[in-house]
Amino acid sequence: MLQAGVGLALIGAGRRLGRGAFVVGAATTGLGFAWALARAGGIIDGRAVVERRPWVEGLGLTLDLRIDAFSLLMVLLVSGIGVLVHLYASRYFGAGREGMARLAGLLVLFTAAMLGVVTASNLLALYVFWELTSVTSYLLVGWNDTDARARASALQAILITGSGGLAMLGGFLLIGSAAGTYELTELVAQPPGGTQVQVGLVLVLIGAFTKSAQWPFSSWLPGAMVAPTPVSAYLHSATMVKAGVYLIARLAPAFAGEVPWRPVVLVIGLITMIGGGWRALRQYDLKRILAFGTVSQLGFMVVLFGVGIPEATAAGVVVLFAHALFKATLFLVVGIVDHQTKTRDIRALGAYGPGWNGPRISAVIAGASMAGVPLLFGFVAKEKAYESFVNSGVAGGPVVLAGLVVGSMLTFAYTGRLVLGAFRPGAAFEGLHGLEPVDSTEVPKVVDPPAPPLSFWAPAALLAALTVLLGVFPSLASGLVGAAAQSLDPAVKAKDLALWHGFNTALALSALTLAVGVLVVAAGHRVGRVQQVLRSPFDGNDVYLASLRALNRTAARVTGIVQNGSLPVYCGIILLTATLVPGLALLGAPAPNDLDLTSSPGEWAVGLLLIVAGTAAAVLRQRMAAVLCLGAVGFGMALIFVLQGAPDLALTQFAIETLGAVLFVLVLRRLPSRFDERPTALGRWLRVSVSVVVGVFVFAFALIATDVRVAPTISDEFVERSLPEGGGRNVVNVILVDFRGLDTIGEATVLVVAALGIVSITRLRPRRDGSSPSRQLDPSEVAP
Amino acid sequence: MKPSLIVDVIVRVVFHSVLVLAAYLLFAGHNQPGGGFIAGLVAGTAFGLRYGSGGIDAVRAGVRVRPWTLLGIGMFFTTTTALVPLILGGQLLEHAKVSLNLGPLGAPKVTSALPFDTGVFFVVIGMVLMLFEAFGESPLEEPKR
Repeated sequence: MLQAGVGLALIGAGRRLGRGAFVVGAATTGLGFAWALARAGGIIDGRAVVERRPWVEGLGLTLDLRIDAFSLLMVLLVSGIGVLVHLYASRYFGAGREGMARLAGLLVLFTAAMLGVVTASNLLALYVFWELTSVTSYLLVGWNDTDARARASALQAILITGSGGLAMLGGFLLIGSAAGTYELTELVAQPPGGTQVQVGLVLVLIGAFTKSAQWPFSSWLPGAMVAPTPVSAYLHSATMVKAGVYLIARLAPAFAGEVPWRPVVLVIGLITMIGGGWRALRQYDLKRILAFGTVSQLGFMVVLFGVGIPEATAAGVVVLFAHALFKATLFLVVGIVDHQTKTRDIRALGAYGPGWNGPRISAVIAGASMAGVPLLFGFVAKEKAYESFVNSGVAGGPVVLAGLVVGSMLTFAYTGRLVLGAFRPGAAFEGLHGLEPVDSTEVPKVVDPPAPPLSFWAPAALLAALTVLLGVFPSLASGLVGAAAQSLDPAVKAKDLALWHGFNTALALSALTLAVGVLVVAAGHRVGRVQQVLRSPFDGNDVYLASLRALNRTAARVTGIVQNGSLPVYCGIILLTATLVPGLALLGAPAPNDLDLTSSPGEWAVGLLLIVAGTAAAVLRQRMAAVLCLGAVGFGMALIFVLQGAPDLALTQFAIETLGAVLFVLVLRRLPSRFDERPTALGRWLRVSVSVVVGVFVFAFALIATDVRVAPTISDEFVERSLPEGGGRNVVNVILVDFRGLDTIGEATVLVVAALGIVSITRLRPRRDGSSPSRQLDPSEVAP
Repeated sequence: MKPSLIVDVIVRVVFHSVLVLAAYLLFAGHNQPGGGFIAGLVAGTAFGLRYGSGGIDAVRAGVRVRPWTLLGIGMFFTTTTALVPLILGGQLLEHAKVSLNLGPLGAPKVTSALPFDTGVFFVVIGMVLMLFEAFGESPLEEPKR
């Protein structure tokens, strides 16, 4: 958790470091990576690293971290890609740009939170880290805070993932209370069942779907592409969006059998995969192609992990690994292109000078891996995925398989669009790949952009090299991947990854995918036309905007009804609630017996004064006179306190009445000197009846409550303990400052807040132009 | 408001006496009638008197710090005395007792409840002064709304 500290320090103190802040971030993240590597051997052998730390003991919350092989894989990915992204970012941003330290600090903070998500072994701790990633993501997307689009996108991202997170918390609580434990390992080992768990699972799935940008919650991810490219590469392709997948992977082996899980996951995953791929084919912005591609790939992973059968889980691990490698590479290269050419529009790109071979080759390799071309890691992954569904025995298995194949064809197609769009191979292919704008928008070509320096594209090249290495020798990764899959589901058989499985159905399907993919790329023009006709019906963005608008409207309306600004209505509601709720309980109470009406003559006299003054206060029309009568009532009460032997109360009452009268006078100066005529007979009648009800209730309550005490009074105890423990003879004061000191602090705080509120309200002046100080922002104005 | 010489002089005399009374109530509060809340209110009435003689300006002249500063000081006192025991390994709001020996003046027992009560005292005074700030300015001087 060193990361979090360094991250905060960077935000705070790193302003002077400028770009160097990223190097510090890389070093920190690198430490995490090295640590994980050092422990890797033991973890792969099945010895999970466990660390326990009590956190909020009162709630039974512990901060348990547990790193098994799957967590290890995630940790390696998060920290490894983190290092590269940090280094990359230090080249991406020009020297002397504002806010570098903030960005670097946030990135490190995010890394810490993300590592927390993948290592937390307690569901509630996981939730906390989960939300931390959402918050840091919000800050990172909205990093360019002068850009309204960035702010709107950031808001959209946090609203969607945040509400999903809340649903997930509800789901966690339901599942946890059904199982009696929040520990992931125990939960998966002995999964609870029943309706409660099913509802909880659906809620958890909603959370996972929002985080991993599944349909219909995917709209925030393309919007989040306004973030700087290193951020997109890191959060929105390699790590954060995998959190949902991670959670599904963790829970699927145990819960896939529960009723709603499998159909929901498979349907949503497939829709996302195909819909995302389809929409990626329509984009011209490189980053948006990638974003929709990520959405599509996430759907792929959700299907693989979500189905909950051992082979698919194993395949999912491979796909997740491969995807992190190639998608990060592509993002980094796109960032380079964007940085050097100042555009990401594929219609403008294509002409490059010498020195571009590094990024180009990296992109081609990564793209080919994404498309599933043999000899690359992506191919191994895809092969394994197909294979797991060929003989799955799951209901609807063939349909899912078909969906995966179609999705992969689309993947091939948009990968072609991306790579060919960014790096046109030359005039020979002109017209073949269908990149020409269907809507004939003329975009000026960028010619001969400056070549990027080696240190800029080295991270991308490193990842691409890894993709090739693992593609040709997949057995290198099989130890880690196999152990990871086994830690998810012990039923997974340890099987070496291989490039060549022999001639089987999976290979045939791969070949089919490649063939159709090539065709779709070649027929780009026609695809474009179909796209024009067939607008995707799954636009979550409209839904988001509509619901946001509806929320604003409802809030305005509800506020209008609940807070109508009429003081009599407020008072009436408060009084009636205070009266009726305990009043109803009084109805069944026994009638008071042996009422003691004997009092001293002094009390009789004061009582008479009270009655007269109270009646006068209610009847008088002149405000000042009414206030004075109220004051008289107060002083009368104080007299009674004195007679009953409570000097403290009396003293307080006297002081309050005096001050109250003074302050009343101050306020009254601003009001007309007489009360208005009662508006209507009905209004008058209503007020009188409310007053009578309240009066009768208080009277009855006082009579009955003194008589029906069941529990022994605590005042005896207070009186007893006051001197020895509180060290004071004034019991009232000891109660205030000692026994009930926390209450007193609360009351003091209320006083402070009230005082501030009063001053700010009375000093509030409407603006000269008559507009209200806070204007409702219409979300569509700044929508992405 | 027309200033009256008699009221003015009387208030000058009484004002400090009332403040002393408030201080007495504050310190005596633990064993005799009194306490931070009452003391604050009494001090508040003292400022009320000043207001009666000279308006808001007289009130402002009576305290050197602004009312919100008093509120802050008060909250600081209460929360600190509540939290310090936590740091020292005790429980929230645990109070300690010290017996001071002041020679001929006697040996009063002092508990750490006193700073707490002092905090309440300041908060109440601050609150009253804030109210004077809020409503004390003559409505005639304000712009028409």
